[in-house]
Amino acid sequence: MPIGYDLKSGALAALGHTARKLSSWQVLRPAKHLACATALGLLMAHGAMAEGTLRVALTASDIPLPNGQTDQGAEGMRFMGYTVFEALINYDLSSADKPVTLVPGLASEWSVNPDDKTKWTFKLREGVTFHDGSPFNADAVIFNFDKIKDESAPQYDEKQSGQGRGRIPTVTGYTKIDDMTVEITTSAPDALIPYQIAWIVMSSPAAWEAAGSWDAFLNAPAGTGPFKVSEYVPRERAVLTRNDAYWDPERVPELDELVLLPVPDASARVAALRSGQVDWIEAPPADAMASLEAAGFEIVSNVYPHVWPWHFSMLEGSPWTDERVRKAANLAIDREGMKSLLGGMMLPAQGMVPPTSDWFGEPEFTVGYDVEAAKALMAEAGISKENPISVKAIISPSGGGQMQPILMNEYIQQNLAEIGINVEFDVRDWNALISNWRAGAKDPTTNGAMSTNSSYFSQDPFTSLMRHIDSRLVAPKGTNWGYYESAEADALIDQIRSEFDTTIQLEAIQSLHEHYVDNALFLFVAHDVQPRAISAKVKGFIPAQNWFQDLTPVSIEE
Amino acid sequence: MLGYILKRLLHAVPVALAVSVICFSLVQLAPGDPLAVVLPADASQETVDAVKAQYGLDRPLVVQYFIWLGNVVTGDFGKSIATGRPVLSEISNAIGYSLSLAFLASLMALIVGLSLGMLAGYTIGSPVDKVASAFAISGVSIPHYWLGIVLVVIFSVQLNALPAMGAGTNPDAGILERLRFMILPAVTLAAMPAGIVTRSVRALVAETLARDFVTALRAKGLTEVQIFGHVVKNSAPTALAVIGVQMGYLMAGSILVETVFSWPGTGLLLNSAILTRDIPLLQGTILVLALFFVAMNLIVDILQPLFDPRIKRI
Repeated sequence: MPIGYDLKSGALAALGHTARKLSSWQVLRPAKHLACATALGLLMAHGAMAEGTLRVALTASDIPLPNGQTDQGAEGMRFMGYTVFEALINYDLSSADKPVTLVPGLASEWSVNPDDKTKWTFKLREGVTFHDGSPFNADAVIFNFDKIKDESAPQYDEKQSGQGRGRIPTVTGYTKIDDMTVEITTSAPDALIPYQIAWIVMSSPAAWEAAGSWDAFLNAPAGTGPFKVSEYVPRERAVLTRNDAYWDPERVPELDELVLLPVPDASARVAALRSGQVDWIEAPPADAMASLEAAGFEIVSNVYPHVWPWHFSMLEGSPWTDERVRKAANLAIDREGMKSLLGGMMLPAQGMVPPTSDWFGEPEFTVGYDVEAAKALMAEAGISKENPISVKAIISPSGGGQMQPILMNEYIQQNLAEIGINVEFDVRDWNALISNWRAGAKDPTTNGAMSTNSSYFSQDPFTSLMRHIDSRLVAPKGTNWGYYESAEADALIDQIRSEFDTTIQLEAIQSLHEHYVDNALFLFVAHDVQPRAISAKVKGFIPAQNWFQDLTPVSIEE
Repeated sequence: MLGYILKRLLHAVPVALAVSVICFSLVQLAPGDPLAVVLPADASQETVDAVKAQYGLDRPLVVQYFIWLGNVVTGDFGKSIATGRPVLSEISNAIGYSLSLAFLASLMALIVGLSLGMLAGYTIGSPVDKVASAFAISGVSIPHYWLGIVLVVIFSVQLNALPAMGAGTNPDAGILERLRFMILPAVTLAAMPAGIVTRSVRALVAETLARDFVTALRAKGLTEVQIFGHVVKNSAPTALAVIGVQMGYLMAGSILVETVFSWPGTGLLLNSAILTRDIPLLQGTILVLALFFVAMNLIVDILQPLFDPRIKRI
């Protein structure tokens, strides 16, 4: 049975559904309403909202661009990228209980050429139209690949290219076979192409032509998704309305309208929810969870592909080159204690992916909390609390997916001191941390640090596992920050990429993950559980185990 | 008078130029790469370099400054790295919101500050003076982001009477509906200048009342209302200067308040530009706010001689 995350008990529990109602809605006393209405008069009158309108407070400071390959990270794709637009391949976000899989989207089927595994054929879905009424076909697919890949194409868009190009690194060509068939070519056999293709969403070529530019397209955007944009005011709001003509009758939204509001300040989001100005807030702060629960709001969360690790430097001079030290550190962290500190909003990590993931495998080394075992390993390495070593760690005070980095790192600092590892922090702005992460541990900006603390997105095998330890992907070619080198890992990576039998491919992915855990390649600390707080009026939301969510079954009970 | 205005205008030019150098160079000192926000975290170095060249970020700093200044002078503030929209349109959208909020807050501060200041100045040492002074000190001392949160807790969360954040989602909203969204942020913003104006006016009125000419006016048989007119005229230039400076602060210093209330003005814009390291937007917004400050001082400089012609000679 799949394992979900139980908020209240703070323990792993087998759950059929991980979203829970935590307490009853505290009804504001009518007398209070009357008193304030009398006192504050006309100014206080409430504006009416349309029925079936879900108002969401985003953490972003701006509305994600409704251009297609949107910005604002995963949140942008969650609320704009995959609501208004779609890719050839979609994610199945319909369940809270199982890891998300890929399902046909704008392509009804796809296959790799058995004789030449660099060629993939995508059969497009018949009868789909963009929101502007223009047909979706092979020309539209070519138009959209050109918009991010072909700098000479009139529709080439720097911004969308910046977001999308890196998602399809092995795609080298795409041709129209007939009106409803497209062939995609890769530089080498790449079995992970479906994961890559799921990133690339389709904007209407006709709408772009009518607009004349991508900037103008933002005023009348058109995709094929279950929602369409009816109003877009940068930095203020976007109003999405139901696309009644959506091709999948099962996923025609229940909502009339979905209103997106940028509210970067966490306390402002909480206040907006509590005052009834919005129905749904992303990422409520840990210290507001209890009061939100007490006021009758639901805190909805689920494990999703995210890991919060320390990425070790394997360069000469780093104490993390010693496997005993790495394993000891992994055994020294009291993750349950840390979870309490975060109000229950984390899942203790035992590897790069949660143990519920198909990719977890069966590693021999168990990541857990065992200080005595940790001390024994440290003693073997000649280190103790009395004879400690010092490590320097790059951390950030905040950042997307970073959870509560200062709090968590100070906790780790305290835990590691117990086994003779004294940690000195090199605190950097999130963007500075990312820049260094991209530049690699050998870069001068590393400034003698021996680990970096970047939380990782792990939507597919490449982003989750392969890119961090592939010895051919050190800077500037890739993001193997710590310069880890292992012939075994490289061979597994090659096998994952070139194996088209999904069963054998899965075994290779599991072996790679076992390699991570058995060698304690990272300090595995936490998985975020992506909390969001929603009003009791919001019905039907199923929190998928993913960065992305399906808002089509959501409704508002008036 | 014309010569005085011209002289003041000329003084403003080097100030504006210095402001441009400072706001260009300050943002360069901060660590981090603005492109980290635009690009996915796992973008390749090749993509990073290509985009860097597109934004001109690969050129020497001095060259970047002169290109930027040349463009700014012709009204081109560049494009926001994060959104791709022209910086000028971003600022012009936001400045309307900030100006309306600053205007309402100034009006509140002015009315409250002048009334309480006059009252306290006329009744120095009395319980009324003490209450007014306590209010003024509270207004100056209470951090406004904290006050904002408290007001939200009371009026939005508990009483459910006023919106907690934003400027409203209804584009056809009437003025009353729009005002609902402005009340809490405006009151929060007004607290500090109201306190400062109260204290300044109180001191000015008390000082003016103690001067010999007031005794002379009384001896001459003028009514208290007529004397009040003289007190106002003598206090006005200083009060005006205080309010002018405060108006500038309200525009530039509202980052926290606009963030607490998610008010889509220049403060929130500046905050998001800082968080996303959006250098063109950051430079443009700081420059416009700094120039607004310079302009407010200029206006005060020009208005002051209308109340006190002696100032022209300075």
